[in-house]
Amino acid sequence: MLKRIKGRIIAKGIGEGPAVVTRQPLSFLGGIDPKQGVIMDPHHELRGTSIAGTVLAFPQGKGSTVGSYVLYQLKRNNKAPAAIINALSETIVAVGAIISNIPLIDKLEVDPIAAIKPGSHVLVNCVEGFVEVEK
Amino acid sequence: MHLTRDEEDILAGESGAVKQKAMEILVALGDIYNAERLIPIESAQIAGVSYKTIGEAGLEYLTDLSGKVVVPTMLNPMGMDRYKWRQMGIDETFVERQLAIIRRYELLGIDAQCTCTPYYVNAPRAGAHLSWAESSAVSYANSVLGARTNREGGPSALAAALVGKTPDYGYHRDENRVPDISVRIDFPLAGSDFGALGYVVGKMVKSQVPQFSFVAPPNADELKALGAAMAASGSVALFFTSERAMPREILEVDRSDVDIYSSSEPDVVVLGCPHCSRSELAGIARLLEGRTVARPLWICTSRFVADRSSSVISRIEASGASVICDTCMIVSPAFEKRRMMVNSGKALEYGPSLCNSHTFIGTTANCITAACTA
Repeated sequence: MLKRIKGRIIAKGIGEGPAVVTRQPLSFLGGIDPKQGVIMDPHHELRGTSIAGTVLAFPQGKGSTVGSYVLYQLKRNNKAPAAIINALSETIVAVGAIISNIPLIDKLEVDPIAAIKPGSHVLVNCVEGFVEVEK
Repeated sequence: MHLTRDEEDILAGESGAVKQKAMEILVALGDIYNAERLIPIESAQIAGVSYKTIGEAGLEYLTDLSGKVVVPTMLNPMGMDRYKWRQMGIDETFVERQLAIIRRYELLGIDAQCTCTPYYVNAPRAGAHLSWAESSAVSYANSVLGARTNREGGPSALAAALVGKTPDYGYHRDENRVPDISVRIDFPLAGSDFGALGYVVGKMVKSQVPQFSFVAPPNADELKALGAAMAASGSVALFFTSERAMPREILEVDRSDVDIYSSSEPDVVVLGCPHCSRSELAGIARLLEGRTVARPLWICTSRFVADRSSSVISRIEASGASVICDTCMIVSPAFEKRRMMVNSGKALEYGPSLCNSHTFIGTTANCITAACTA
């Protein structure tokens, strides 16, 4: 069974993949290895997790605005997430997703961090503005 | 957000892919922060210039970009002095990557003056809307010059420069330009004391808008030091010092709270964070008169100010100190893993995290004395 959850489109496109989910904000500059696409922040609960090709769900970005460029670099290295889901987007991830053509959606009708099972297949449609999750 | 027909056209790609992306960024930020429209800006200032900070990620992005900015745009400091990099000990690979970044910015039509004090080069008028990224310049523009800018990131300031507009939210709007908290200072302060005060108050007020009352009105250099420190240790983008109704919430600060000066021994002394004004350079020259440095003393300023202060700089350099332009102790790799003495609350905040340097603060006079003492 699939369930559709509506949200707000921040960066256009459609992407799908296995979900990586965290309640902790993410810093892209210094927090993610742009060559490998792996979370390397030693204080992050998902340290060592690859985000390449995933649907990455986290509350919002934090840290340096250079983080936007790290998303761009991930994309160029084919290590970017297929799509991003934020609780509430802020400038760093919004700008990074737009310049990198990574679909980004936020403000879902339900808390995405609670609604999405880690590892489950998720589709993010940022043309119509919804997320499709396995129920 | 409501867009005009011209703005819709840019968003639809009629002015090319680069401006389209820039417009997408501005519209997304407008949506996130509930702006109703875009407003024209008079200038932009872009952070993310040093190869040390943006690295290959930023260089790759800039290399793929084309087009021209449509408003006067300047850059934040880069990782080295354009001419004195050898003296700073910067390696040639870094120099090559750094100059590639600067060249990319220049191709976009940006004036490659690299300074955190763009207002010395071209001061915005009161009421002007800007998209500036350097946090200390944002604070100075909002609080001292009465211009209006949010604290932009490098890429969002660049997007605004390419389109010539920014979403109308935050400090562009009257309703957000009001103080939240009163800070009463009933003891006298001078010079670098204001950097120390800013360092302490920024940590306490975080992103609030403080309104200060002082025993005597600070001068422009002191306001610069205060704002820069609050923007670094907190994220203050606007503060007030003028006579007006004080907010009811009061922050009491005692003289002992502000005494964060250290008597540690440095292996390097660096002044000019933010970049020195002409009057600050003159003050340093007076303090160095007839003295010789016993350990490295670097003074950072903009090339614009340096070009207009050549006799003062000769006097400073007669002591053995070096005046460097285009760069600073925080964004250059030359000041890493040192015991660094500064006279700046902002450098005190960033030295440990961004330079991995043991950093401590003294008054300008004590910094000079430390540099001249073997």
